[in-house]
Amino acid sequence: MTIDWPAFTPWTALAGGVLVGAAAAMFVLLNGRIAGISGIVGGLLRPVRGDVAWRLAFVAGLVAAPMAYAAFAQWPRPQIDAGYVALVAAGLLVGVGTRYASGCTSGHGVCGLSRLSPRSLAATAVFMGAGFLTVFLMRHLLGL
Amino acid sequence: MTVFTSFLAGLAFGLGLIVSGMANPAKVLGFLDLGGRWDPSLAFVMGGAIAVGAVAFAVARRRTRSFLGAAMRLPASRTIDRRLVLGSVLFGIGWGVAGFCPGPGLVAAGMGEVKALVFVAAMLAGMAGYELVERRRSAAAGMPGAAADTAR
Repeated sequence: MTIDWPAFTPWTALAGGVLVGAAAAMFVLLNGRIAGISGIVGGLLRPVRGDVAWRLAFVAGLVAAPMAYAAFAQWPRPQIDAGYVALVAAGLLVGVGTRYASGCTSGHGVCGLSRLSPRSLAATAVFMGAGFLTVFLMRHLLGL
Repeated sequence: MTVFTSFLAGLAFGLGLIVSGMANPAKVLGFLDLGGRWDPSLAFVMGGAIAVGAVAFAVARRRTRSFLGAAMRLPASRTIDRRLVLGSVLFGIGWGVAGFCPGPGLVAAGMGEVKALVFVAAMLAGMAGYELVERRRSAAAGMPGAAADTAR
């Protein structure tokens, strides 16, 4: 393994992480809920009265974040190398997988590990392991 | 009030993803590529988030109501079952294919990136598919609307 030193951005990663943690902290302390994005979005597809507005508001906040960022600086454009077929396959897998697992990088990764939940620790280990293997397979064995 | 704080939490979460670089799939894939030139940044994002989150959840655990009076809803389940593991496998594969998980996908969609919009549309389709299967299954089991998992 070699570390990609030019790409490694420990300080902005840490600062952004603290902000993500602060968002999750605020959400549990004020709203009493886990800031798990797949669950928040997935719940919209199973609408229950009185349970829709806060979900839409959270998603609206996420989607509006680039505009808020733009008030200070132009956002860095994401580099999306995957083609359209791969994006559709990835989206389907992420959608189905996170719902079956009751969580994603935010609900299990950030909130679950913060709570020392054994379920979330297992989920995080499994989806990270699957992610590592998938990238290894695609980049180094299949050369995609 | 909780709708407004929900918006603010989503906004702060999204800003954190942009600042940390995690709204950029190429950077996420740089972390997942252990066999190439590895970018450890994502580990620092998780570390920073968990350091703050751990304090908040330690406080939250001792309360039955939030500071705004909302019910404290923390997942109680501790069982590691097949749904959790297989679901996480599928999610991890999808994450590795494109470098997007749900939050960054939505944030990049907010940047107007067409590819992110395609990812989000497919993700919603996947979630809707899950919903249909679950509804059919709970109907077959004679428990209309009784879905198996907790909101997360």
